[in-house]
Amino acid sequence: MKEFFAFVRKEFLHIFRDVRTLLVLVGLPTVLIVLFGFAISTEIRNVNVGMCTQDDDTAITRLMEKVDRSEYFTYVGRYDSGADVDEAMRRGEIDAALIFSDDFSAGLMRPGGSEIAVIADATNPNNASMEVMYLSSIVSDYFREDLETAMMSMPQASSSGQVVPNLRMLYNPQLKSSYNFVPGIMGLILLLICALMTSVSIVREKETGSMEVLLVSPVKPISIVFAKMIPYFVISCVVLINILLLTIFVLKVPIAGSFFWMILVSVIYIILSLGIGMLVSTLVKTQIIATLICGMIFMVPVMMLSGMLYPIESMPEPFQWLAQVVPAKWFIEAIRKIMIEGVPVRYVLKEIAVLTLMATVIFAVAVKKFNDRLD
Amino acid sequence: MDSIVIDSLRKSFHEDLPPAVDMRSVITIPKGELFGIIGPDGAGKTTLFRMLATLIRPDSGTASVEGLDIVRDYRKIRTMIGYMPGKFSLYSDLSVRENLEFFASVFGKDIEANYSLIENIYCRLRPFEKRKAGRLSGGMKQKLALCCSLIHSPSVLFLDEPTTGVDPSSRRELWENLGELRTSGMTIVVSTAYMDEAGRCDRVAMMKSGRFLAVDSPADIISGFGARLLAVRSDEMFRLLHDLRSLPFVRKCYTFGDMHHVILNDDADLSAQAGYGSDAAAIASILENRGHSGVVVKDVEASLEDCYMNLEEK
Repeated sequence: MKEFFAFVRKEFLHIFRDVRTLLVLVGLPTVLIVLFGFAISTEIRNVNVGMCTQDDDTAITRLMEKVDRSEYFTYVGRYDSGADVDEAMRRGEIDAALIFSDDFSAGLMRPGGSEIAVIADATNPNNASMEVMYLSSIVSDYFREDLETAMMSMPQASSSGQVVPNLRMLYNPQLKSSYNFVPGIMGLILLLICALMTSVSIVREKETGSMEVLLVSPVKPISIVFAKMIPYFVISCVVLINILLLTIFVLKVPIAGSFFWMILVSVIYIILSLGIGMLVSTLVKTQIIATLICGMIFMVPVMMLSGMLYPIESMPEPFQWLAQVVPAKWFIEAIRKIMIEGVPVRYVLKEIAVLTLMATVIFAVAVKKFNDRLD
Repeated sequence: MDSIVIDSLRKSFHEDLPPAVDMRSVITIPKGELFGIIGPDGAGKTTLFRMLATLIRPDSGTASVEGLDIVRDYRKIRTMIGYMPGKFSLYSDLSVRENLEFFASVFGKDIEANYSLIENIYCRLRPFEKRKAGRLSGGMKQKLALCCSLIHSPSVLFLDEPTTGVDPSSRRELWENLGELRTSGMTIVVSTAYMDEAGRCDRVAMMKSGRFLAVDSPADIISGFGARLLAVRSDEMFRLLHDLRSLPFVRKCYTFGDMHHVILNDDADLSAQAGYGSDAAAIASILENRGHSGVVVKDVEASLEDCYMNLEEK
């Protein structure tokens, strides 16, 4: 045991002597969380809206006031024609516009009704569809209230036969994108630190030749490798706590479910990632290859196939199958369920079982592949 | 008792290449011997060391270290040998002291227990204890590596080219240290590309193309040289080499330091033919006739390097 702790101590010394790498390890998650939490946001804000109408109409003015009051939109001004709106959009003055048909208010009372065109700059399709959605919901809200007041004054009219959709966004009522990204970033960062750093640090010993000396010692080679995992396990736990603190106190995402189970799932995932790092280190001989494998070959599936950026359900079937073997997919799903939905642990048992199985298999293969000779 | 027995070991890394190590006989190294392996780069020294240190498995043949088989009992062997690879392989980002402590504890020992063994070597490193190993000079690095491979008091020590890239005075010190270690009964196997160092060994193996060409004490190897050797110098060394090689009674001529060494044919008897006092005087006059100035010719004793150069011929 004394030998083992000498190894662990040595690994910590390596890490603390390399202050820059340590800073990157601890700093990167912080930067990513802040970036994804604030800067990279799929929410829309400060959208400039223009309006085009031929006549002065109090209903339209009141509607535009309502639009302006919402936190998403700013009312910029009135344009005389569709061509002017187009021009303003090209100049970048407005991102969206409402065009009202002629004789708007009067048309409302006629059987044919009136028309509003909602126009949005679809250079960014995601933003455009959200702008259109939000704008039309403001418009329909407005007219529903308006009509209800109108109907109050006319008691003989009944409001029967009207379907009013009542929308509710569960678990994330404000539609904050950080609810989606935090589990994703956890999946990404923990894999990066554990797999990349362990494999590089084992392969470095091979590259510098010190592995040769270590192998010719009574220490079981496998404990050399386990000793390398411990410091990175500790660092991963620190990073995990760091991410959670940032999530709760800076991004204000509450942990809806059990804290204990969330930590446990994360620890299983960390161990799994350490196993991946060890497996990589048994297969490659240079640090560059280890970095490339962990940095490129593992990162891309994690980003694309884990459900972090794109929903797995809408992918072509082969990709859905591929996604099932990406460990991050199961981790992110489990964390989303516990952290955001707050479900009891029995609904996450499947994910926990899959992660545990993956960890066992990877460790078994890595230990089997581990060579305590040079050839 | 034999400390190491090598029996027709063979290791080849690629089918198309000749084997890196191809021992064709049995070599035994008794306990407490300082055994030197000399040979040029690519002779197979490192591969042989790695096989004996249980790091790679031979394709065929067997070897034992302290009576233990290098393939079957590799775990036990690893507890009793010290191995110092040719490439500096300590931790550059750890200090001298930390390196030593680490390697001691890897073997479950502490520095104090075997300090007497490394005292003579480590005293030179003491002033730099806090310095990072990566910032030591080449000689210091090798001394530290030697200390680290000795700290657990191994019964067999393998040193792969410990003096490569080390200045002459550090080389001498290192060999003095090895001489002291031998008195403690440790078997030491050391490889080197420097012929002058091999003279300090009890026995020397000359290695070439994966094989031991000769295994004997340095004195016996030299006495077995069995040919007359002359050292020749003139003001035009390059032309001299050609001229010497063109002489019919010269079997071989090669550059050796600032002289050319000439091996004469066994049956050459120049002094009798031309009436000179010696072969040396005869050659000197031939060379002067060919327009060489500042000619010096003298009889010399063969060195290990001369022996090595001639072994290659066989």
